[in-house]
Amino acid sequence: MRWQIRTAFLGVFTSLALIFSYVETLIPISFGIPGVKLGLANLIIVTALYKMRLRDVYALSVARVVLSGLIFGNYITILYSLSGGLLSLSVMAALRKRDWFSVMGVSVAGGIFHNVGQLLIAMLIVETFSVSYYIPVLLAAGTATGLVIGILAGQILKRLANIEF
Amino acid sequence: MKTGIKKNDILLIFIVLAVAGSAAFLHNLLGTAGAGSVTVKVNGVIEGVYSLGEDQEIEINKGTNYLVIKNGKADMIRADCPDKLCVNQKAVSKNHESIICLPNKVIVEVNSTEKGEYDAVAN
Repeated sequence: MRWQIRTAFLGVFTSLALIFSYVETLIPISFGIPGVKLGLANLIIVTALYKMRLRDVYALSVARVVLSGLIFGNYITILYSLSGGLLSLSVMAALRKRDWFSVMGVSVAGGIFHNVGQLLIAMLIVETFSVSYYIPVLLAAGTATGLVIGILAGQILKRLANIEF
Repeated sequence: MKTGIKKNDILLIFIVLAVAGSAAFLHNLLGTAGAGSVTVKVNGVIEGVYSLGEDQEIEINKGTNYLVIKNGKADMIRADCPDKLCVNQKAVSKNHESIICLPNKVIVEVNSTEKGEYDAVAN
């Protein structure tokens, strides 16, 4: 019965992540900097990272990016989110294994590399390195959003302590 | 599993912010303000080079984007892309600063005068 349960939870998590993506389009949280947003859906990814098997989290991440891209964006959005999301997830998974950081540190690293991944693909697409002056902004923004997501994920994980997906 | 913040977390945040801060400081220090030129590229191909010293309005990519140069600063004022990130971005004037419109693949990049002449000689 285990795989049926896992599949069901994967579905629930995917829809939650999609709903969070939608909620984010409703709240105009502006940080005053173009391109910077909270990334609420990453809350689901970070939580899942601590609760699910890694390959399920990857599946969840890809499904979320592709679906939310099809619904709210376009193929360019998918490309950016996918590079950011997968790089961020890989870094978070590696750091989680090492046990150097709590969920907050892991999430901060995730937030930073989400931005770095998108910047790298932007450099590739527009064929310029001059976007590099944007790096300080993205580092700071990734840290701030990563911290918020990390604090929230920590609270969720505390309450899910007895449940394993 | 521990959910409390660890010392390493704080260290990580501190280091990243320090790196971001010093990078921003260096960029401000090295970026030379003043008259120079902007290079407009569409899809990686240079469409034109315009002086920052001269106030003008430039039509880019057959009208998908409009760039205005005023008081030595270049600012994207109109674009037909959906997100308008390039329009919302601040005006640029320092060397290597850029305005980028990803949907239309338009890049506006500043080259300061001294650097531009040096490159021309070197070429």
